[in-house]
Amino acid sequence: MTDVGRHPRIKLLTMSEVVDVKGYVGNFDVTIRKRARYVDEKECTACGECVKVCPVVRPDEFNMGLSSRRAIYSPFPQAVPSAYVINVNECLGHNPAVCAKCVEACEKKCINFHMSDEEIVERVGSIIVATGFDPYDPKELDEYGYTRFQNVLTSLEFERLVNAGGPTGGELVRPLDRKRPASIGFIQCVGSRSTRKGHEYCSNTCCMNTIKSTLVLKEHYPDINIKVFYIDIRAFGKGFEDLYKRSRRLGVQYLRGLPGSIEELPDGSLKIAVEDTSSGRLEFFSLDMLVLALGMRPAKGTRKLQEMLGLQLTPDGFFLEAHPKLLPVDAATRGIFFAGCAESPKDIKETVTQASAAAARAIRLMHSGQITSEPITSEVIAEHCNSCGRCAEVCPYNAITVDVKKKTPAVVTTAACAGCGTCAAECRFGAIVMNHFTDEQITEQIDVMLSEHASEKILTFACNWCSYAGADYAGVSRIQYPPNARIIRTMCSGRVDENFIWQGFMKGAPVILVSGCHIGDCHYINANHWTEKRIEKVHKRMEKLGIRPERLQLEWISAAEGARFAEVMSRMEKIRQSVSEIETKETIKTVKNYKKADAEK
Amino acid sequence: MKTTIIEHTDKNEARSVRIGVYVCHCGLNISQTVDCEKVAHIASGLDGVVVSKGIGYACSEPGQHEIRNDIEENMLDRIVIASCSPRLHEPTFRQLMLSSGLNPYLLEIANLREQCSWVHMKEPEAATAKAVDLVKMSVSRVRRLFPLYEETLPLTQKSLVIGGGVAGIQTALDLADSGFDVVLVEKKPSIGGTMAQLDKTFPTMDCSI
Repeated sequence: MTDVGRHPRIKLLTMSEVVDVKGYVGNFDVTIRKRARYVDEKECTACGECVKVCPVVRPDEFNMGLSSRRAIYSPFPQAVPSAYVINVNECLGHNPAVCAKCVEACEKKCINFHMSDEEIVERVGSIIVATGFDPYDPKELDEYGYTRFQNVLTSLEFERLVNAGGPTGGELVRPLDRKRPASIGFIQCVGSRSTRKGHEYCSNTCCMNTIKSTLVLKEHYPDINIKVFYIDIRAFGKGFEDLYKRSRRLGVQYLRGLPGSIEELPDGSLKIAVEDTSSGRLEFFSLDMLVLALGMRPAKGTRKLQEMLGLQLTPDGFFLEAHPKLLPVDAATRGIFFAGCAESPKDIKETVTQASAAAARAIRLMHSGQITSEPITSEVIAEHCNSCGRCAEVCPYNAITVDVKKKTPAVVTTAACAGCGTCAAECRFGAIVMNHFTDEQITEQIDVMLSEHASEKILTFACNWCSYAGADYAGVSRIQYPPNARIIRTMCSGRVDENFIWQGFMKGAPVILVSGCHIGDCHYINANHWTEKRIEKVHKRMEKLGIRPERLQLEWISAAEGARFAEVMSRMEKIRQSVSEIETKETIKTVKNYKKADAEK
Repeated sequence: MKTTIIEHTDKNEARSVRIGVYVCHCGLNISQTVDCEKVAHIASGLDGVVVSKGIGYACSEPGQHEIRNDIEENMLDRIVIASCSPRLHEPTFRQLMLSSGLNPYLLEIANLREQCSWVHMKEPEAATAKAVDLVKMSVSRVRRLFPLYEETLPLTQKSLVIGGGVAGIQTALDLADSGFDVVLVEKKPSIGGTMAQLDKTFPTMDCSI
């Protein structure tokens, strides 16, 4: 930690949050808001004179509220930066009539109530997301009695209680009467591996954390009676099994089954009823103290950051990597990498491994000082452009400029174009070429697909980042679905021109599916809301033409929703079966006439 | 700004192309469901296809070597690989194109594994029919592709690390020690995260700070 504080190449911004990210790989423009500390970070020597005079007493967050601190405080003794900080919401204020005692006590005059929040702008080439996790809140598991019974603690509270630097100097006591407990129970999987309350996934670290705690306890208090209530003990890592065996050898009892109910006895001990699932017997125990092994859940700011950076989440709510095996620290967005529990629950060793991997991936990207841009961008054919301004209106990146009044043709700023193709789909004059996904290229795919047995096929458009990846995920998970689907990949669902849909129907497609990222998750900021509007428009037109609108479906399928992709395909197949040969023939005629009339206009 | 100028006039014109099609068996991953040789045979009759064959592992060194030789011997200028998802090996095969002196964007991948053999495991005939369609679509698409050129832009050699727990600390130190500037953003008053609250940590049972 101290290495970070003094490293000449690291600019450390604490009390800070990223509030905006613009730009793209190689050159992101990041806005950071740094909240005021009210203590000069560089001048403060952490002498502690200010704390002695501060009259405001509050629970100490670092010790999980098991001790107190003042309104001016150091978060913990080894904090980096080591400067003190004032919680301005708790402070009585700097008016000398009210308080301002700390200002007088500080010899170096580091305390400054006139500090204000700052906004800092940085340009960076890569971003590493290492936002960690939040511990599960066990209050909703009422049967365990957390907060109702004083001697039921969370694993983090217990950590502070047995920590030599903690509120008791490492002396284990019960919160109720400050006596040393003679017996202690650990309940595993609190908030993990549960379909009822909490989360379904395994939090990965709680088994080993409990085993570690039992070893610490047995080292200090060899005669203490310890029971661990568990579903499975997952001691899968290097050296883990060894620790588990050591814990059992020292007399820690492992009992398979989670407690059903807990009651508080008059002396503050806890009566536990638990079904031992290995013997099938209902057992009762009276223990002095209980520790809940909390699982991990995604950090609070995850969703906000995901939207800001255009990232994807797994159904569990953690960040989704570009590929689970081959690109485990890359985000699907180029130039962004993950490290630690932001991506999934993991222990310290795995976190450090992933952090080094993320650094290596970022270095690989940045070391040459140059970046090659994707040539999959759009171009304007000036002589076809009508200067209507539609393309500039729909471009999520403001990469297109056009002067509607002066009627000058549109111009694409290639460096800013991300290649979603929405402009090409919206251009009514065929004046925009979306490189690598041109009208001709896609139309050709539709024609070939439907040249034989058209009535048996499901024409599917899938965006590269979510729906196509979701289809891949169905494959990786071996989820079976009807074999009639034929997928055409586009970078974004925004590329799916209404003409592609008409072309499909004209060639005899019974059903068509357009699929993309969920609204809010679009890889191209918000291009998919143009998809939504376009499909709405086509649906209305279909209705007018007497074509059943349900034959064109729009679905949002994320990269993690392989099962959903398969389910949508089965639904599409049902709709397809409801479409008769006569109906498709009728549609071919209707659409041909409509397109002819449209062309004549 | 963009340095290459593409002439739009010739994009849609028919031109003589020499296409190579490779239907990857991927061991048994594809071939146990899809009749790869049948797919390759049908593809060999498609317009513009000069070489069409099954291949054990297209991504392997021998596989790539074979494709490279074919490109040279038959003067192929466009390639269709029918294999796993393009999300997996498109970069691999684009690299192969480059090393054979071809434009990497004259490549098309038909997804026969994730989106065919793995999801229709009990319907080999239907899967093979689908594979034929996917390869046909790819061949017709590759005929209409045109070369694209990458552009080089300057990059800022600096990283933003969001979060100052053990993950952020380790990443920041690795980057900074390798000579890159780092901005480390932490929302709390100190770095350290959850790890700083722990005393002993498994499996070594030593102090965490």
